Amino acid sequence: MVTRVLVPSGVLGLGFDRTALAQGIKMKPDIICIDGGSTDSGPFSLGTSTSKYSRAACKAEWRDLMKARAELNVPLIISSCGTCGTDAMVEWMYDITTELADELEQTLSVALLYSEQSAATITAKHTQNQCRALEPEIPLSATEINACEHIVALAGAEQIQLALQSGADIILTGRATDTAAICALPIMRGEHIGAAWHGAKIAECGALCSTNPISGVILLDIDENGFTVMPMATDARCTPHSVSAHMLYENSDPNLLHEPGGILDVTQATYAQLDDRSVRVTGSQWHPAPVYTVKLEAAKRTGFQSTIIAILRDARYVENAREWVQRLSGYLDTEITSSLQLDQSDYSLEFRLIGVDAILGPLENKTSSPSEVGVLGIITASSNELCEEIAKLINPFLLHYPLTDNESLPTFSFPYSPAHSARGALYEFCINHVIELSNPMEVFRLEQRRVSKHAAG
Amino acid sequence: MQLGNLVNGVRSKNAGPFWITIDVFCGTPAVYDQLLPLLSEGFVADIYKQPVAKIKRFELPDLHVLKFSFPRPVVQGSRYDSDMHGAQYSVLLAELEMPDAS
Repeated sequence: MVTRVLVPSGVLGLGFDRTALAQGIKMKPDIICIDGGSTDSGPFSLGTSTSKYSRAACKAEWRDLMKARAELNVPLIISSCGTCGTDAMVEWMYDITTELADELEQTLSVALLYSEQSAATITAKHTQNQCRALEPEIPLSATEINACEHIVALAGAEQIQLALQSGADIILTGRATDTAAICALPIMRGEHIGAAWHGAKIAECGALCSTNPISGVILLDIDENGFTVMPMATDARCTPHSVSAHMLYENSDPNLLHEPGGILDVTQATYAQLDDRSVRVTGSQWHPAPVYTVKLEAAKRTGFQSTIIAILRDARYVENAREWVQRLSGYLDTEITSSLQLDQSDYSLEFRLIGVDAILGPLENKTSSPSEVGVLGIITASSNELCEEIAKLINPFLLHYPLTDNESLPTFSFPYSPAHSARGALYEFCINHVIELSNPMEVFRLEQRRVSKHAAG
Repeated sequence: MQLGNLVNGVRSKNAGPFWITIDVFCGTPAVYDQLLPLLSEGFVADIYKQPVAKIKRFELPDLHVLKFSFPRPVVQGSRYDSDMHGAQYSVLLAELEMPDAS
């Protein structure tokens, strides 16, 4: 048998080529799968349980996919709803779905798979020694677990298969691995399990495995021996290089991919150009794990931030920016601790020199003579109010502080008023562990709802 | 000549919030063979100021790729992170001055 999976793009909200999607629909796939999640933009999404992408963009794309699903009468899955895959983001996607069902006059069975974890669940796992640290090890304790704003577990193929077995037209999942939705149906139908996971990894970023990454749409044929991948945009090609190189992407290990329930091993995989645009892959292996585990992601709030930026153009200050900022920092620490009666441990004030080494810091090995230097001050403290107080206190010094004692006061450039901006809460990824499960659904929840034209109101 | 001019591309990216991974696409077997002895774990550890034991090195001769992964010096998006996607780490390898061929 062959199971044909259509992947419209790497993530909902990023856009895809509509003509390529139409071509994909013509190929009569057995299922449409798209991912909605990522940790790539940082911990803010999970910390706040919000989507990184515009709701309107997600809705516009989801409309096209819901229409495609209705036309084909096949399941449509979005995994890791709303970037972070919390329960609230599954509901967010459900709301979009009900609005569209109403607008498109569709009657649907929708399955919702929830991945969010309570601190109590994870603490119990920790206490029972069913929490295993991954490398690099981040210390875990009940206190750490309770400090998390949100914790999600990454679902695998099994949880999504259960949703598919329910006969749902549309499946909205909480956090899942990028590959899980794509390989769920092929594995369920008895296709080659290594090929299913490998094909899913290749297709999970959409057309990134082809020569035209922004076209988005990819078609995957998974059978009992291997898989074939082809892009749907006519100007895109898959080559053995473009396909095999994708295993490297965002993977710390290019040969092994740890997934719930086992490890994908592509060491023996071979890649062959099938025709001008398709690549055939065989030899992928799946090593089942003795214990079923799922990975956790969590974010905690570590403070609040304000930023302030000044720009130096005076050549002497540009040339001596590092020395100036060190002298300024020392002065400001004294001012802040005395005027606001703070201890140095109550806040941090960091200056990054844009044009010098703002990205690489101590790793920077290039020296150059920029015409101007941006001085980005980042204030971190326990509340927005305190950050703002510190920002206001340092503002005049950032504007006027001299390089030496015996010179008239300089005035630098502030690009806008006020020079400082509140950034709100700061979050941090804080768990790098897997938990052991007695069965794949142990910590996941599946719900089914009927949606029809009038249910949206 | 810089390494980046010799190869097809060097890219870096997060591999999850706790890892950085760097791919050197050598382009040809000759360039791959040239870089193989040069880009050792120790050499890459020095450039990124990481303990050598933390560097994972992968040789992918079929792709003419050398790949390096190491735990992020600061966790992605935490207070002192300055490169959310880890995509600029690659420049340190790309700008590496290569010894003269002559």
